[in-house]
Amino acid sequence: MIAHSVFFYIFSLIAIVSALMVTVSKNTVHSVFFLILDFISISCLFIMIGAEFLGMIMLIVYVGAVAVLFLFVVMMLNVAEQKGQWFSSRWDGGTHIPIGLLVSLIIFFELIIVIGGWKYKPDLLNSLSVNISSDVTNTRSIGNVLYTDYILLFQISGMILLVAMIGAIVLTFRERAGVKRQSYVKQISRERDEGVDLVHVEKNKGVKIDA
Amino acid sequence: MLSIGLGHYLTLAAIIFTIGIVGIFLNRKNVIVILMSIELILLAVNINLVAFSIFINDLSGQIFTLFILTVAAAEAAIGLAIIVVYFRNSDTIRVEEIKNLKG
Repeated sequence: MIAHSVFFYIFSLIAIVSALMVTVSKNTVHSVFFLILDFISISCLFIMIGAEFLGMIMLIVYVGAVAVLFLFVVMMLNVAEQKGQWFSSRWDGGTHIPIGLLVSLIIFFELIIVIGGWKYKPDLLNSLSVNISSDVTNTRSIGNVLYTDYILLFQISGMILLVAMIGAIVLTFRERAGVKRQSYVKQISRERDEGVDLVHVEKNKGVKIDA
Repeated sequence: MLSIGLGHYLTLAAIIFTIGIVGIFLNRKNVIVILMSIELILLAVNINLVAFSIFINDLSGQIFTLFILTVAAAEAAIGLAIIVVYFRNSDTIRVEEIKNLKG
């Protein structure tokens, strides 16, 4: 139990510090690396609390796909020249900083008040159905529910991913001039008349080809 | 203090959520950092859902965390595509120079 709490504090401290560094650090590449560290420590917390499948999925999806996508975009765009302008604005002299801090602090204290003063409503707990049984593994129980009760939501999320993929391709696709491409329709619909030209050759004169 | 309960996880999620909001408010660098702050906020929501799911002993929270993960991945892909297109058109993604909407 003591080891559990010690590891909880270690991982949450790493998560909080790296989340701060995501917003604060001057270099955007460093921000992406701290985002990866944040995801890793939170997924360690998930594995510790007993949601192993979600922890592993977080590692695969966030660290393996999303963070690498961020890193790719940061390195592809030229953001190296935008260093050193940390929280500074040229126009308004940084008047947004106190207002932003004030609003964030108010939101944080509201959340803390809600957490501190909140009690479970007892009959709400009894009305819920999908219980976690201890003799089945986490992955198996999620699979039991996900493909039966939540199959519609599962397929809708697949559709969301498809729409996102097509949208990203459509957004970033651009047609360049001067690129030679194969056109299947043109190739298939080619007739004999436009491909072959029969020429009657006169004697001793040869053929004049105008290409 | 030594036994970790639901309140600890909720406090951690609240702290990370607030850090994400601070990152959106105070950002003056580029839009990519704002997208990363949105990812932080979604991560805090995921922590809340998983902690409630474990402590209430109900599996629905973890299922919904999976769906939030899906939507977050789709949102990151679309957002980064929009940023790439914007950078291609106007050669900058600094927040204070994106003022086409005059907001």
